[in-house]
Amino acid sequence: MRFRGRTRREPEPAAAPVPPQPGGPPPVLVIDALGRKCPIPIIMLAERIREVPVGQIVAVLADDPAAHTDVPAWCRMKSQEFVWEETLARGGWGFHIRRMY
Amino acid sequence: MSAYFDAASTEPLHPAARAELLAALDGAWADPARLYGAARAARMQLDRARARVAGVLGVRPDEVAFTSSGTQAVHLAVLGGAAARRRAGRHLVVSAVEHSSVLHAAELHERDGGEVTAVGVDVHGRVDPAAFAAALRPDTALACLQSANHEVGTVQPVAEVAEACRAAGVPLLVDAAQSAGRADVPAGWSFLAASAHKWGGPPGVGVLVVRKGVRWRSPLPKDERGGRRVPGFENVPGAVAAAAALEAHRAEAADDGPRLAALVDRIRTEVPRLVPDVQVVGDPVRRLPHLVTFSCLYVAGEALLAELDRLGFAVSSGSSCTADTLRPSHVLEAMGVITHGNVRVSLPRGTGAADVERFLEVLPDAVARLRRSAGVTAP
Repeated sequence: MRFRGRTRREPEPAAAPVPPQPGGPPPVLVIDALGRKCPIPIIMLAERIREVPVGQIVAVLADDPAAHTDVPAWCRMKSQEFVWEETLARGGWGFHIRRMY
Repeated sequence: MSAYFDAASTEPLHPAARAELLAALDGAWADPARLYGAARAARMQLDRARARVAGVLGVRPDEVAFTSSGTQAVHLAVLGGAAARRRAGRHLVVSAVEHSSVLHAAELHERDGGEVTAVGVDVHGRVDPAAFAAALRPDTALACLQSANHEVGTVQPVAEVAEACRAAGVPLLVDAAQSAGRADVPAGWSFLAASAHKWGGPPGVGVLVVRKGVRWRSPLPKDERGGRRVPGFENVPGAVAAAAALEAHRAEAADDGPRLAALVDRIRTEVPRLVPDVQVVGDPVRRLPHLVTFSCLYVAGEALLAELDRLGFAVSSGSSCTADTLRPSHVLEAMGVITHGNVRVSLPRGTGAADVERFLEVLPDAVARLRRSAGVTAP
């Protein structure tokens, strides 16, 4: 069962083996939001996605579990394309987003 | 002047419950298991409370037991329902958005060697009855589904799931904590759990219903009390007050329900119009009438709750930083919607339209202030 109790901190999901090949083109901008709590990673993404050309990829590195839900949800809400996510060896994820407009 | 908008956590004590609670504290304090006059009076009051609750819920009085909380009712139903069907198997089916009492009981069952399947939900937090039916197996001992979700108000397809469970021969527990006293639960379930303080009853009283003919075995040490379902000395005054509140709340819901629903509709329509970058979550149609949940992008839920509290509004949130945990709400996670900046507004009986208007007046500035202070400039 995947439920994680809210009353205690469970260990982060075990660092899965990093996929051998990237799931998309390389990012032109990497935003390091490791150690930052939501909504800060989402604010950083929203502020800085304008720095990459339309059609290009921005990656956000984050380790707040909320980011795992919030980044794809933000992309749906703002009509940006969530391309893929990687699990980082040091914990956390890299979320790859294509700027659509 | 402050407004209480957190009925989903607890409803203020109903005046009818207060009056009957005080009377029962004086008149029904004796041990209902004894044989002298005062004891018989307490027993009669307890039986009458059970019958009143049964009347509202549409069940038989001997199917109703009072517990110490909704959580205890859920624990007894999950563990006792599973224990009674151990020969059928040790598999449980739950929805991914159940109350933590259901999920923690399922976790315990799993730690004891059982198996649990959590059925996912759509983006509105609703279970797909076909997916739920598909999760039922020959070795499924019990299935659990809430009547409505406590965080986003989505009403679950209980009737369809009950029919699937009946066809599969699997007992169904309905956690009706959020809807009991407001709306009737569709028939076809085997166990029902509810909580009195959610309908204006006193704290410390839950309700466990086990339908006639449904097998149940106590997961706890043997006890003669509570119809052998709930151990310990019965809280007779609490049960009396719970029954009074349930009758009153259900009767008033006919008038007050539609009025609250209209106020909630107004919040649902106006918040996205008044506040940029807001997502109203939960099923837009199949939902509780008194509850609305929305998420404001780029705002920490905790900060927004504190700001609204300062402005005189008591609301709740499923955002991670508001709980004593670093995890976001499992409900919002399962739905795949924004988990930060989350606000749940749930209107208690008698909420005034003026309070809702004042909320709509102050919310846009509160959100804008918090966004500015977080350095948000993104459109």
